[in-house]
This record gives sequence, C-alpha cells and structure tokens, in this order.
Amino acid sequence: MLKGEKGEATTKAMEILLALGDIYGATRLIPVKSAQISGVSYKNIGDAGVEFLSDLAQKGAKTVIPAFINPAGTDLERPAELMTDGAFLDAQLRIVRAYAQMGVKTTLSCTPYQIGYEPRRGDHLAWAESSAVILANSVYSARSNRESGISALCSALTGLTPDYGMHIVENRVADLLVKVEAPLSDPTEFAVLGSLVGRVAGSKVVALQGLQPDTEAAKAMGAAMASTGAVPMFMVEGFTPEFSVSSSAEKITVEEKDIRTEWQKIDTDSEPDVIALGCPHASIEELRRISVILNGRRMTKPLYVYTSRAIKEEADRLGYTRVIEGAGGRIYCDTCMVVSPIDRLGVKSIAVASAKAAYYSPSMSHVNVRLMPIQKLLIRNSKEV
Amino acid sequence: MSDSCQFRSSSLGIPRKCSYLIYKGRGVSKGVGRGRALVTEEPISFLGGVDPDTGVITERNHELRGECISGKVFVFPHGKGSTVGTYIIYRLFKNGKAPVAMVNKVSEPIVAVGGIIAGIPLVDRLEVDPLSIIKNDMLVEVDGTRGTVTIFDDT
Repeated sequence: MLKGEKGEATTKAMEILLALGDIYGATRLIPVKSAQISGVSYKNIGDAGVEFLSDLAQKGAKTVIPAFINPAGTDLERPAELMTDGAFLDAQLRIVRAYAQMGVKTTLSCTPYQIGYEPRRGDHLAWAESSAVILANSVYSARSNRESGISALCSALTGLTPDYGMHIVENRVADLLVKVEAPLSDPTEFAVLGSLVGRVAGSKVVALQGLQPDTEAAKAMGAAMASTGAVPMFMVEGFTPEFSVSSSAEKITVEEKDIRTEWQKIDTDSEPDVIALGCPHASIEELRRISVILNGRRMTKPLYVYTSRAIKEEADRLGYTRVIEGAGGRIYCDTCMVVSPIDRLGVKSIAVASAKAAYYSPSMSHVNVRLMPIQKLLIRNSKEV
Repeated sequence: MSDSCQFRSSSLGIPRKCSYLIYKGRGVSKGVGRGRALVTEEPISFLGGVDPDTGVITERNHELRGECISGKVFVFPHGKGSTVGTYIIYRLFKNGKAPVAMVNKVSEPIVAVGGIIAGIPLVDRLEVDPLSIIKNDMLVEVDGTRGTVTIFDDT
C-alpha cells in the first residue's frame, strides 16, 4: 500500500513536470544531478504550504536525487532569540520535518555551493533559489532554470526536469551587453551594479565588460540581478568561459554616476536599528572578514549575521564566531533577514551590505533600509575597546 | 458544432432537451468538472487575492472582488503574482472551497501546478477565446483528460 501511495506522489510530480514542460515548450524531460527547493519559510508558504508538504510526506513521497532546502523562518536552535512564537515554530518544524521525511537534506541555506554541493561544469540542475541558480549558471557553468519550489520538489522526486531555457546551449547567449565604466571594488558596489542591470535585463542573459569580480563580488552582483530582474545567468568578459553575446543584443553603458544614482534609489538614509549581514548566507571568507574588522571593537547596535549551520560550525572551529559574538554580534543559522519576520523584533530600519536584502526587506519585512559596504557599516556602528 | 446531447445529458444529470458546443483545447490538469461559469477578463493572484477558507475573491480592485469561486467553473486569462498561489489553490481544495474546474486562455505555472496538485480539471489554449464565448452562469463541463470544454445551452 505504501508503495502504491509513493507511486501516486511520483505520478503527480511527473504530471506537473510534463505540464510545465508543455508551457515552456520543452519536448522532453532530462535527468538532473540535484534539486534545491525553495518554499521553506512558514512566513512565505503559510498554512497552505504546511498542509501540502505534510500530505505529500505522509503519502510516502521520496527523493531520488540529492535535494536540499532554502532557509526557514527562524534559527531552529535559537528561536527564542528571534522572538519566534510557539505557533510559528511548530508550523516551521512541520515544514522542515516533512522535507526531511521525504529524504531532503535540511541544509536550510540559500548557498548550497558553499556547503558541499558545488555543481560541476555541464551539470543539469533543478534549483529554485534565484541567487544560487544565477551562480550555478554563471560561475560554475552548470545548467539550471529558475525553478519554483514545487517544480524543484517534483524534480527531487523524479530526478527529471523539462529540457528548455538554460539547459539548452543555444539559449546560453547574452541578449543584453553591459559596458561598465565605473571602478568597482567592494562586493556591495558590485551588488548595486547588479541591482541596476537586473532592472534593465528582465529575464535576459546578461554579458558584462570592464569588471573583475572575485567570488564574493560575483555572488553579491548575481543575487541582486536575480532579485530586481529574473536574470538566469550573467557572463563577464575574461572571467566566464562560456562568454557569448547575441548579435542582436541590446547594449548599455553604466558609468560611475549611474551606480551612485542606483545606490541613492536603494538607500533610504534612515538610522538603522539593526545591522544585518549574510544575504546570501555568509561564506567562511565573509565571516573571517567580519571577525577581522570587529577584532578589538564592540558593536554599538545589534549585529545579526546569517549563514548556514555548516559554515557556522566552521567559523566556530576557526574562532571567528568567538570574535564576532564577543563584539556583541550574533550569528544565526537556518534563516535570514528576508525570510524571518524581522519586524517582530520591533525593527523599523535595517542596515545591510546586500542589494538583494535591500530589495526585498521593505516589502517583505516592512522596514527601511540602509545599504553600505560591510567595512563601513561595522566601523560606523562599533567602537574600539 | 451544435448537436443534441441526449446520451451525455442522461449520465450528467442535466436537462434531456438541450444543445451543447464542444471546443477543443489542451488538457493541463486531468479530470472532469461541471458547473456554472464565473468569468473574468482580469488575471488573478491566488496569494492575497483569494481567501483559501471561503473561496471569495479579495484582490483589491479586481472586477470579481466579493464573488466566490467555490463550486464554479472559473474562467480567467491566467494567474499572476507569487508562486505561493499554487499552495493557496491546494488549500482551497482541502477546505472544500475549490472551483470544480478552471479554464484559462493560456495557463502559467502557478495555476497549472495548483490545478494538478489539487486535482482540479484545467483546460487552456482553446480553439476559441474562452472569455468571449463563456458567459457568467453558463453550464460548462471541463474535461482536462481529453482537453475539451463543453458549453451547454440549458436555458
């Protein structure tokens, strides 16, 4: 009987993938290496999501490929510190347990590529987190469309995805060429560029000339582009092996003044109640950087740094956590400033270093936003001890 | 395409003397559902736009605001807004407040997936524009398995 019920879930998943394939003009389903599933925070999917996922788990649905999930609505080990009430925590746990029961790894992170799931060149993936999709395509030369939570889950249960969009080599060509004539160094500056470009690009693949992003900068820029736009992939001349621009591509130039204007558009110039870093989830390098800046200093405002549990454990071992928390900061896992109800903490205004966080926070958490590079944010809001 | 429908009508429990029109489209979500049509030319966001506990449309400024989609054949161009709308359709079904069937001009992923997980028959891409031929309160049967929409004249 259990087998029959598991079959039912797989059949539904297949039906969904075929319908989606039909909508997007795919002619076949292809195997994928892994699935990254969004739709995890109770704040986002609500009771409807809890019910659907619990029903599915109860029917015996099981993953057939490595699958992992996006952040939840709270730190599951320190919910009280984030003012998570009992009802929210219960609902959140039901969601995470339903995924676990289906065989999904409860990574609760938007950065699977930082915690052992780095895609390899040419891998087909069904990832849903937009900032991870754009990096998988752009930095790792893997292939993923911007999946929804449910389509990624269907891929996890079947090992398949419809063959369209970024899975097809001919589509991995830029339709927008951006010539950057502004000196960019800090990841936040790259993020502001990403924010501007995403709005122009819509869902186009973007090619960029005149910049040299490092890993952190590429991550920040990609996350922003995938927020203000639906950009699945960017290419940087001299950086991306697949660099290819369509002959009919739209061309724009971005100058320093455009970056400044974009920055002013994002930044509300409000006095922040809280400093929030780690959107997307902080890497070990970012935590190292924060600990170096905060060494011998004390925060004058609350500092929340969000990361995955795996990276936090590494930071614990390396002593970064001790420095950051010793300076009055807190490192939270499993969640982030976008998907947790940060307004419950009485926060009216947050300062961030991420253009993605700056884009989503006003609408999703009803707070004002200050956008600044990490160094400036931390120095401004701490003092020497 | 008008014809008598004696055979079908006896099995479906509708008046024996009536005519019907069958239109071909694409079956997105399988199954058969029959009911009175509720039609809108405006796309709808299920998240925030439809109350999952009552089936009442709550979307601000929507022409059908205040109308209930439960038990109806809901005819609309396509969905819009958050992909969480998919879960709202599932919740409508669990609460017994779902439409009996849906017809779209062209379905997008939110409504297509919602229809499938909730088992609500859904047909799109009809050979004619469903919004111009289906009027409110018409008796309509949607066969998502065959990909057809049948409109009965039972007046």
